[in-house]
Amino acid sequence: MATLKEVQSKISSVKKTKQITKAMNMVATSRLRGAQTAMEAFRPYAEKFSEVLGNIADKAGDGASPLLTPREEVNKVNIVLMTSDRGLCGGFNFNLIEAAEKLKDEKVSQGIDVSFTNFGKKGRDWCRNNKLPITSEYLNVVGGKFGFNVASTSGQELIDGFLDGSFDEVYVILANFQGMAAQPPVVKQLLPIPIIVPAEAEIDDDTPYLAEHIIEPSPDELLNEMLPKNIFIQIYNGLLETSTSEHAARMKAMDNATKACNDMIENLTLAYNKARQAAITMELMDIIGGAEALKG
Amino acid sequence: MAELLKLEVVTPEKYVISEDVEIVMAPGTIGEFGVLSGHTPFLTSLKPGTINYKDSAGKDKIIFVSGGFSEALPDRVTILAESAERRRDIDIDRARAALDRAQKRLAQGKADNINFERAKASMYRAIERIKIVETRSL
Repeated sequence: MATLKEVQSKISSVKKTKQITKAMNMVATSRLRGAQTAMEAFRPYAEKFSEVLGNIADKAGDGASPLLTPREEVNKVNIVLMTSDRGLCGGFNFNLIEAAEKLKDEKVSQGIDVSFTNFGKKGRDWCRNNKLPITSEYLNVVGGKFGFNVASTSGQELIDGFLDGSFDEVYVILANFQGMAAQPPVVKQLLPIPIIVPAEAEIDDDTPYLAEHIIEPSPDELLNEMLPKNIFIQIYNGLLETSTSEHAARMKAMDNATKACNDMIENLTLAYNKARQAAITMELMDIIGGAEALKG
Repeated sequence: MAELLKLEVVTPEKYVISEDVEIVMAPGTIGEFGVLSGHTPFLTSLKPGTINYKDSAGKDKIIFVSGGFSEALPDRVTILAESAERRRDIDIDRARAALDRAQKRLAQGKADNINFERAKASMYRAIERIKIVETRSL
């Protein structure tokens, strides 16, 4: 049986832990709101962009851009791994890293060299621990405030690498934000750009006839200008989703931790009361025993 | 009064404007162009520069864009830019600093490398920003 003092100090330590987890939960909640706002602000741009891109991709000739052309022989692959910088968010990073490991093992078994571009400290640390080559790393991006320039800088680097033959294929691994409860990791091919399917326009009797777009300078040139931007958009979108997912995962984890703290406090309080009652009973028995003995 | 068309300027970070306007002038890569209501569908890339438009009250307004794309349809114009700023949102000190930096880099660089191209692009952006702020305050 634990002594009263031991139980008491245990209770106060759990209470302090609870305060921390509760505070982290609230911080994650407010950051989540910020991240979701950023995601919503980005949506109109992304939607419009893909609409326009689909429009042009249709008109541009085959092989208009080297970014669209798959390599005949794939020897080198770069994986863009997006994770959070900090832990305490449940299985969030673990899931992403697991997806990365699976992809890496698959490629390695085909005799392909794999290198990594890391967003986030957790993924970078994993690469370092496993002695995997890292081409570049970006910390303090996921989960914080970042602008489009992060995506365009890193995207340009990947495109340059693809064009000069440093990589034959580029994949990105991100956490897809499906809601508060689910943020599964997703693997997407970034380069060469998968075939762009133009969105099916809804045509009914009310749709007025529209002349074909006049395109300047020319469909091919415009496509060549838009494709790199498309990569930046994919990366930016991935960063936004991963950030939102990180906060959601942390909120959930901290909520669970707070609940676990409550349970522990309840159990410990019970144990404390029991121990106290036992001590009182003991003392009473002593006193009564002494009194009986005096009566003689 | 002329019929109005809707002008939308969108960047990855926010909706910059969405309003009804009379006319839009934008800097296309192969020349500046103007759009009135009823324009034929038209798609072009933009270079860094200014978008001038006249709002529904007939007031002239000006916006900086860092390049991007524009789609004109009979009833609306959509501008997709990496960044776009109204005149009052332009950070003039930052633009001057960027211009300075770009010029220094150009003075040292060789004409064939990528950094040179980037410095040139950043110089154009800075010049356009400064121009917008200064021409109006004259």
